This record gives sequence, structure tokens and C-alpha cells, in this order.
Amino acid sequence: MPTAVEVRDLKAWFGKTEALHGINIAVESNHATAVIGPSGCGKSTFVRCLNRMHETIPEAKAQGEVKIGGMDIYGVPAVDVRRKVGMVFQKPNPFPSMSIYDNVAAGLKLNGTRNRKTLDEVVEHSLRQAALWDEVKDVLKKKSGASLSGGQQQRLCIARALAVDPEVMLMDEPASALDPISTAKIEDLIFELKQRLTIVIVTHNMQQASRVAEYTGFFLMGHLVEFDRTEKIFTNPSDKRTEDYITGRFG
Amino acid sequence: MGAAPDRHISTSERKKDGRAFGPEPSKAMGSPESPKISLVTTAQKAPAWGRSLFNPDSIFKGLMLVATLTVLAVVGLTLSELLQRSALAWQKFGFHFFATSAWDPVAGEFGALPFIFGTIVSSILALLIAVPLAVAVAVFVTEMCPKPLRKPISFATELLAAIPSVIYGLWAMFILVPLLRVHVAPILTKYFSWTGVFSGPMYGYSMLAAGVVMSIMIIPIISSITREVLAVVPQHQREAALALGATRWEMIRVGVLKNARAGIIGAIILGLGRALGETIAVTLVIGNTPQIAKSLFAPGYTMASVIANEFNEATDALYVSALIEIGLALFIVTVIVNILAQFLVWTVTRGAPARANV
Amino acid sequence: MSNKYLQFRRRFTDYLATFVAALLSAVVVGTLVAIFAYLVIKGAGSVNWAFLTRTPKPVGEIGGGMANALVGSALILGMGSLMGIPFGIGAGIYLAEYGRNRFGAVVRFTADVLNGVPSIVIGLVAYGLVVFTEGHFSAFAGGVALAIMMVPMVARTTEQMLLLVPQAVREAAFGLGIPQWRTTISITLATARAGILTGIMLAFARIAGETAPLMFTALGNQFWSFSANQPIAAVPLQIYTYALSPYDDWHRQAWAGALVLVALIVGTISLVRFIFARSTLREAR
Repeated sequence: MPTAVEVRDLKAWFGKTEALHGINIAVESNHATAVIGPSGCGKSTFVRCLNRMHETIPEAKAQGEVKIGGMDIYGVPAVDVRRKVGMVFQKPNPFPSMSIYDNVAAGLKLNGTRNRKTLDEVVEHSLRQAALWDEVKDVLKKKSGASLSGGQQQRLCIARALAVDPEVMLMDEPASALDPISTAKIEDLIFELKQRLTIVIVTHNMQQASRVAEYTGFFLMGHLVEFDRTEKIFTNPSDKRTEDYITGRFG
Repeated sequence: MGAAPDRHISTSERKKDGRAFGPEPSKAMGSPESPKISLVTTAQKAPAWGRSLFNPDSIFKGLMLVATLTVLAVVGLTLSELLQRSALAWQKFGFHFFATSAWDPVAGEFGALPFIFGTIVSSILALLIAVPLAVAVAVFVTEMCPKPLRKPISFATELLAAIPSVIYGLWAMFILVPLLRVHVAPILTKYFSWTGVFSGPMYGYSMLAAGVVMSIMIIPIISSITREVLAVVPQHQREAALALGATRWEMIRVGVLKNARAGIIGAIILGLGRALGETIAVTLVIGNTPQIAKSLFAPGYTMASVIANEFNEATDALYVSALIEIGLALFIVTVIVNILAQFLVWTVTRGAPARANV
Repeated sequence: MSNKYLQFRRRFTDYLATFVAALLSAVVVGTLVAIFAYLVIKGAGSVNWAFLTRTPKPVGEIGGGMANALVGSALILGMGSLMGIPFGIGAGIYLAEYGRNRFGAVVRFTADVLNGVPSIVIGLVAYGLVVFTEGHFSAFAGGVALAIMMVPMVARTTEQMLLLVPQAVREAAFGLGIPQWRTTISITLATARAGILTGIMLAFARIAGETAPLMFTALGNQFWSFSANQPIAAVPLQIYTYALSPYDDWHRQAWAGALVLVALIVGTISLVRFIFARSTLREAR
């Protein structure tokens, strides 16, 4: 099975503080990989390196080799990387000044797609994939992106990210701000999306990791302590630190 | 935050506030000499003084209230002064005053139209020049420029705001006007005289000069409010755009400017308000001729300029009253424009304190 | 449209936007530099001891200075500040500590509106209130005009600075049994001291350059005057009169006066920003 994301010796800094100490990981394509660990362990930082969002923070730096679908992400403009890699954030962030339609189409329009028909098709397809189509199909252009409920907004953001047809989807605690029902809907989504994309999901909820991801990586203080199939991590971890975290001894 | 200490906190306030509750402070806190720190409340007021009315706290509050009332008094006095003293002209001319263009004090003819025209045209011209510059500076400083440049550039705009109007006027008279007359006007005449806006002789003292100097003066306020409004746009909006693969300019366009649109318009309108009332610099370069001309090369006159120029020379009561009526009109227009602008800015910044000045 | 061309165009637009924004910013900063440069070029040669200590010579004669205008400005500003600052601070205190209600909102709104009123209108008001009533122009009338301008400015900045003081600080004082009025003066006001002073000095610098409100109040004076009840000279007024005149020597002096005025104002602002840059409370920028 080809790997979608290959990371070799990835280090990241905030100013002088080293936040990631040499991460090595290979993420399988068409599977979901969960990234777990206590607060401050570097899981968000890691994921944000994958689409080069980390460096948008002032005084932040990253170094190492990251290949996505064979492409070296530090050898091409960041803009190109981000078109291949979609991101969904912890708090839903639709563009409030745009309608639902325009939100989903935003990425496409930036990429030059002007054809009305194409846009309509992609918007519908993305919203269906995000399981939001039925709820909003009548108010696509009338309601603003920000007027939806929290769970709907997050699915809108997912649709927006899907519209540009990425290979990899990064999700930074996508359901942590949502109620249990919306969370369940998003987890169902991940199941569906896995077949077409590679998903990397940061989560502090271990049950969620075991529900949606085939692989799990445990981060601690900027190190990748253990990376293996999810069942193994949660039933028979190799590292004591992993075991302590899983069983709730800390974090 | 600062509720009065001797007010009985009602139930609805208790819930709304979430903090202050309990019986009258005097019963809860004990006397000033032996304060009991109650463990249950966080916002207990200072020890009360029993039921006496003339305690130091209420005296203090009363004094502060008096100071506050002066603000209201000033507006009241302004209105009363302006209305009173313009009554004479109002009775004589009525609404016609604002529709007539003859301004001949000697003959007793007073029409304010040329001044309204001059004020509007010069202000619009100023906006046309200032807005692109001011918004560009604001966007550059907030989103684009390298960190070490930020402070110097914003300090530079602050200094531009600090230069008094009379000095802008002086500079405009002796530097800008010759520059426009000798170097700029010929080019404008050559390429744009077909529009009718740049035609006729240019002696320097003109609507164009007034518009240009005014634009420099309003750039700082438009720029500073725009910067505030841009800064309030949440970071996650920028990240959302970037994550979709937007270039920096696209991110600014989609994630920042669009969100701040209302506030930027408010900033522009605030600039307009400032331009409408600008007096000294304009008076020195506009030519002070009460006429309505199509060309920007022609001299003009604004509402503020005519007051500045002619008030001390006004001999008879009607003359004075006419000028004050112009002042009243100017007051009303600037107040309306400023209210509109403040409202627009408020919708974006949601109550973050509005700047009193630049 | 080929993809490569599109991506190139997007990158190009990005660079172009940055370039244009930088260029326009340079134009703005360049204008500032140009103005300062001319002030220095045209005025520096004329700012000498004679200029700073002598009064204007009769019309047409060369020489003389703006000493009376410097003193006059100081007097008017002094009066204006004396009247305006206390009321401004008082109003600011009220708005911050007692005014989080409807009434406060009305006052706040009014103050913001007042801040936008053209200064010439303020001059007309002061004319009506003082000059017309007393029957003559006076330095006092000028002071009143400037005070009217200062009050809403100082009130709003004082309020903003006081609001930056965390509630926890006030509560600590209450918890110690300090009465509200005492807390406001000795604790809250003291904590916000630097910011409030900044606001006052910035308002002062603004007022110092105003001409329009003085035109119908202080009027101007070619001679020495130290009386509050007579017309008095002021630097901005003098510059204005000289600029309008047909005499080259007066133009020269106008530049000198302008340079002195700008130097004082810019100096005040820079000093204030520099000294209070590291104060305990900073306005969120």
C-alpha cells in the first residue's frame, strides 16, 4: 500500500523553543491515522507542518523531509502544497461574509474555475460528501456561512476543503467544539472519506481515535513515542509511556 | 463593572451581572474601620456609609457627574447658539438659502449653494485620492510589511495626523500650488481636458489644490481606523483561506478585507467627515471665489472657508446671521456623517473603544 | 486556461499587490518627509534669537519676531487646559466607573460626536458665548474655545485607559476596606496614570496647532499682551495672517513659526510615546 505522507526527521521550532524533535512517520493512504497525546505534546504542531501552516506563525520554523504523494513539500511553493492537503480546524471558521455556496466554492474560484456549471456540480458533490447537502440545498445562496449551527458549520468547512479535491485531509480536533450528535456525524463522515482520501486526525479523545482510525501515533513532549495499528496501541502498546497515557495515568 | 455602591442590587441585575449579589453592602461588609472580606462575593462594593446621602462616595460621584454634564451642555450650547444666531437669515431666506448661488453681501444677497458645491467637490476629490493610499498603507502595515517596518510607518502616519492645518496650508500655498500649476496642470490639460474637468487656465489656487492637500490630511484617520478594523478580523479566517491554498494577496482579499468591509467603509466616511470640516488649509489654497465651475482648475469656496474669511469682516446682522447659518448647516452635516461612520465601525469592532481622535 | 499559466498569474498578482501596497505606503511616508524637509529648508534659517524674543515690526519693515505669539499661545493653551482637562478627566472617570448604562452611552456618543465637529464651528460657539456677551475679543474666549475641544478628547481617552485597569485591582482595594472614591483616585487612576497622561498630552498637542477656533475669539495681536481680557497673539494665527499677507519677510517668518510649532508638537508626541511606551497598561493595538 503506497504511503501518502512520508515524514523523515521533522523538527519544528517556535522561536528558540524546539517543539518537535525529529519525527519519523509514514502515513498509509486511504486510511485514517489518529494523532493522540496530552496537551502541548506537539500533535497540532506536527499536523500543521504537513500543510506548511506552521511557518505562518511569526518566528516559527520547520526542518526535515516531508513527502506528500511523492512531492517534497519544501521544494514547491506552499500554496501548491495546500491545494493537495486540505485542513479542517478545531473551531469551525466559515467565511461569514459569504453564502454557503460561495464558501464551498471559495477554493475553486481561487484556482480559476469560473464555469458556472462546474462550480454548481462540485459544490453539490462536496456538500453531499460532507453530508450537508440535504440540509442546505434550498438556501445555498441565501444563507451566510456563519448562520448555520456549529455542527453544520464544521461540515461546511469540510465541504469547502473537499471541493478542491485534496489527496490528504488534515483534521485538528474537528469535533472538540461540537455536541455528541454532530461529533457522531463527523465520525461517520471520516469513515466515508477514508475511501477516497488519506486522513490525519488530531484528537484528545482516545475513544474517537479507536472508532475512526486504523493507525495511531502517540506524541509526547515533541517526540513520536509510538506509531502502530490502533488496536495494538490501545490493547498492547510497546512503550510504557503509551500505556500510561492510554490507561489514564496522566494527560 | 462600576455599579454604584449604594444601589440595591435587584434580582434581575443579580442574574444579569452574575457577580454582585447579596443584601445592601452596609450589612455585608461591616464598617470601614473593620472590613470583613466576604468569601462569597467577588464584586462587593466598598464599605457603605449607612443611609446618609452626603457621604464622600456620593459627593465624589456627584462631582464626576457634573463634569460629565458639561459634555452634554456643550452640545446643547452649540445647538442653541447656532440656531439662535442663524434665525435672522433663516427667517429672511428660508430653504432658498441653500439653493441660491448669488453671494453678494454688499447687495444683501446670500445664497449658500457655491459653498455647498465647493465643500462637496473638494471633499470627494480628497477621498478619491486618499482612500487608495490610506487603505494601501493599512493593509501593508497590518498584513504585508516586515515587522521592523511596522512601527516607523505607523509612527509616520501618526505624525501626519499631528501636523496642524495651518502648516499644511502654508506648505500647500508655497510648494504644492506652484507644483500643480507648473508641472501637473499641463499634463492634465494635455490628456484630460476633453473631460471638461481639467480645462481652463490654472493659476494654482483651485479646487484641485484644495482636494489634494485635504487628501493628505485625511489619510491618517482613514488609515488608522482601517488598521483597527483589520486587526479585529480573527486569525482563523486568515488560516481558513491559506489552508485552501490561497496566495497571500488572495488570503487578504477573501479572509480579511471582505470581513472588514463595513468597518473600512466606516473609516472612509469618518475621513469624509473630517474633510467636510477642514478649514484653514483649504482656505489658503482654494481661491475663495464663490462660484460653481466645472473645472477643477477653477477657484472655489467651501462652507468652512467662507466663515473663516468673512466672519470678522461681516458688518451687518444679516451677514453675520447668514454665515452662522452656514455654520449650522456644516455642523448638522458633519454630525450626521460622523454618526453614520461610528455606527459602521462599531458593527465590526463591536464595542472595542472607538478612538477619540487619530 | 492552462493550469501553469493560471498559477503564474496568481503568483504575479500576489507580488503585484505587495508591490503596489508598498509603493503607495512609500508615497505617504514620502509626503511626510517632503513636508518636514520644506519646513526645515524654508524655516530653519529664520529661527533665531531675534525671532523668538521680538514682537512683529510694523507692516513692511523687515525683522521682528513671534515672541508675543509664543507667549500668547502659552497663555491660551494654559487657560484652555486648566478649564478643559479637569472636566475631561472627571467625565472620563464617570464614564468608566459609573457610566456603564444608558446615560453613559448617551454621553459617550455625544463626546464622540463632539470630537467630529469642525473646529471653526466651536469657534463660532465660543464667539457667541464669550465674545458677544462681553462685547470684545479676548484671550479668555480663545481659552474657552480650546477647552470645549479638549473636554471630549480627554474624556474618551481617560475612560479607555481606566477601563484597561482590571476589575481585580479595584476589588483588591475594596477588600481592604478602601472606599470607592478613594479607590478611584488612589488606585484606579494611579494605575492608569501613564495612559491618561498620554491622552492629555496628545490632546494638548492637537489643540496647540488649532487656528480656526481662535479666529473669532482671541483674534490675534501684533503687540505684547498678558491680559486674559484682550485680544492676544497665537502662533498658528500669526502663521495664518503672515501666509495670507503679500510681504516676503512675513512669509519667511511664517515658515519659521511653522517650524517652531511643528517641532514643539512632534517633540511632545515623540516624548510622550517614548516615555510611556513601557507603561503598565498599553492600549490594545
